[in-house]
Amino acid sequence: MSAFLATNTGFVLLTLAQSLALIVPLLIGVAYLTFFERKVMGAIQLRKGPNVVGPFGLGQPFADAIKMLFKETIIPTGADRVLFTIAPMLTFGLAIIAWAVIPVNNHWAIANINVGVLYLFAISSLGVYGIIIAGWASNSKYAFLGALRSAAQMVSYEVSMGFVIVTVLVCVGSLNLNDIVLAQRKIWFAIPLLPLFVIFFISGLAETNRAPFDLAEGDTEIVAGFFVEYSAMSFALFFLGEYANMILISAMTTTLFLGGWLSPIGIAPFTLIPGVVWFLLKIILCLFVFIWVRATLPRIRYDQLMSLGWKVFLPISMGYLVLVAGVLEIFGWLPNA
Amino acid sequence: MRRLGRMAWALVLAEILGGLWLTLRYFFRPKATLNYPYEKNPISPRFKGEHALRRYPNGEERCIACKLCEAVCPAQAITIEAEPRDDGSRRTTRYDIDMTKCIYCGLCEEACPVDAIVEGPNFEFATETREELLYDKAKLLDNGDRWEPELAKRLELDAPYR
Amino acid sequence: MAIGGNLSWPNAWNWTRPTDEQPFPHSHGARHMIINLAFDVFAAILLLSAGMVVSSRNPVHSVLFLILAFINAAILFLIAGAEFLAMVLVIVYVGAVAVLFLFVVMMLDVDFAALAEGVQRYAPIGALVGLVLLIELGMVAVGWTIAPGAAAARLAPMAGGLTDTQALGALIYTRYLVLFQLSGVVLLVAMIGAILLTHRERKRAKTQNLDAQHRRMPADTLRLVTAELGQGVSLPSPAPTPAKEEV
Repeated sequence: MSAFLATNTGFVLLTLAQSLALIVPLLIGVAYLTFFERKVMGAIQLRKGPNVVGPFGLGQPFADAIKMLFKETIIPTGADRVLFTIAPMLTFGLAIIAWAVIPVNNHWAIANINVGVLYLFAISSLGVYGIIIAGWASNSKYAFLGALRSAAQMVSYEVSMGFVIVTVLVCVGSLNLNDIVLAQRKIWFAIPLLPLFVIFFISGLAETNRAPFDLAEGDTEIVAGFFVEYSAMSFALFFLGEYANMILISAMTTTLFLGGWLSPIGIAPFTLIPGVVWFLLKIILCLFVFIWVRATLPRIRYDQLMSLGWKVFLPISMGYLVLVAGVLEIFGWLPNA
Repeated sequence: MRRLGRMAWALVLAEILGGLWLTLRYFFRPKATLNYPYEKNPISPRFKGEHALRRYPNGEERCIACKLCEAVCPAQAITIEAEPRDDGSRRTTRYDIDMTKCIYCGLCEEACPVDAIVEGPNFEFATETREELLYDKAKLLDNGDRWEPELAKRLELDAPYR
Repeated sequence: MAIGGNLSWPNAWNWTRPTDEQPFPHSHGARHMIINLAFDVFAAILLLSAGMVVSSRNPVHSVLFLILAFINAAILFLIAGAEFLAMVLVIVYVGAVAVLFLFVVMMLDVDFAALAEGVQRYAPIGALVGLVLLIELGMVAVGWTIAPGAAAARLAPMAGGLTDTQALGALIYTRYLVLFQLSGVVLLVAMIGAILLTHRERKRAKTQNLDAQHRRMPADTLRLVTAELGQGVSLPSPAPTPAKEEV
């Protein structure tokens, strides 16, 4: 078996199998995340969420998907047909391929590259394009304006995310995501780097255009912003892409700060539970906090949002980077020192 | 010094965390949702729903074609034509209420001197065609026969206030 | 296959560095062919998109083809084993520079008819410049010599089995530190210069003083009193407001 896997075809088939094993649960997870969000937001607002389709409403995502499939896809006049169709595919595709580097268990990443964190960062940077292209191709003022705002917001918060990632890199000494998780065996980075964890999480909220940073796509503000002209399957792709991005940011937060697939306490019986389960639980916790924040906080105005990203998060993350580097250097705790 | 304290308060996002704690408490509270078709809210005896034409206990229809309800209806939803019946009494030959024009205000019920036209408690009479919602006399009388016990009880409960 | 056991999932990107004995470590037989094929495919897409950048009528399409070209260049870097450079190329060029290009191009209202008019008039001069450049290119290609140590350096760029990232860092932050900082300063000066050139002193718009707003606490502004039925409350009389000046 190992001999077959070492050949080219074996390798390709193995990668294909690994990808399927990751993507299929991910897609189901994205579908059920929409359901989870409606239920949790409903519960916080003292109402039950969907509870009619299937037991406890668990069939709701399928009902939604079937409804979307039957809708008519409308392309507005004057819209750039090619770009209009490509944009949602781009957003959704990027959200999926970023999962190639995330380790769900020890050495269980599809591509265990040495620059895993940079790869994730690159994918986030590319995610801006789906939005810009969608806004441009819609040939509509609201869409265009919403797209530019969304894009500027995403780019601004990527900067502070980058600095936080660099701080974690300084603590770990490697960009490999598996090494980052292993470096948290003694203590999760969320504890010594708590302000950075908060900054990363809030920047993640802004990256995915989630409340309270969803001005550029709020229904009452700009009528769904950059995807106002989309209907049916394209809309579904954008919608799912946004939720897949949410799961991706949760996975990144978990890997960088919450110890990835490590169990909280390093003794049996906790270590008997497979790492995948811990990883899933942490992601679900992160997603709950995403939804919890959405149900609690009011939307932030755009200029307040930008000033927050540039004038508050950036200086704090830069300052913290210098602080952490200094502390590690003084006490000689630098890795690969 | 107080200013530093306030800055620290804002820095640790204390107010945001307070808000999050509140919503978390609400997350665990019992929900207020009713499982609609199987659980419904109570409604008052004055609830203005589907119309009905009532009869006297001996079976005679109450309506005497005075056309007060047609005159008072703000949406002009009621259409009445009257003729003497074979036994000489004054009765309607045509009594239509266009339920798509009706605004369910209850003025016809208030205007009727004999408690003939009433608004019942039923609000679940949605139809699949528009024509079914243009009620005629036969339909209204039929409504009345079906809902009579409840209509009588409602009138009895509301009588002290009329 | 034991899941989670001792068989760690094979990965593709931990390239073994080429050495003199084994210049193409992974290139036995079929793998060599696949790497060549991959290079051909991505280089072809790169050249095609670069061509489309200059020949596309819509400027937004041009920028998007440029982005495609950048991404393919990054993939070529990956094939060559420089993974850090590849990722940084994507992050910086595609993620920042091209986004700015796209913003500017989208918000400009470019008149194509007026632009296309100029091509006919300047075609001969353009052809002359192109010819001069072609001759120069030919001269360089004919007289190309490789430095003596270059071949060896190309095969073993990094000593000690360092990763790409570590090797780059070890060089930039020690030998070339001053140059690195200077390039950062150059970028900063460029940014400040651009802002300075376009800054207009507008009549001071009313902005919020966030600090003052944060300092205002409910305790300073609210007082909750319980009013008894029929009793009313006694409130302190309000402080006299200063007389407002006539605007």
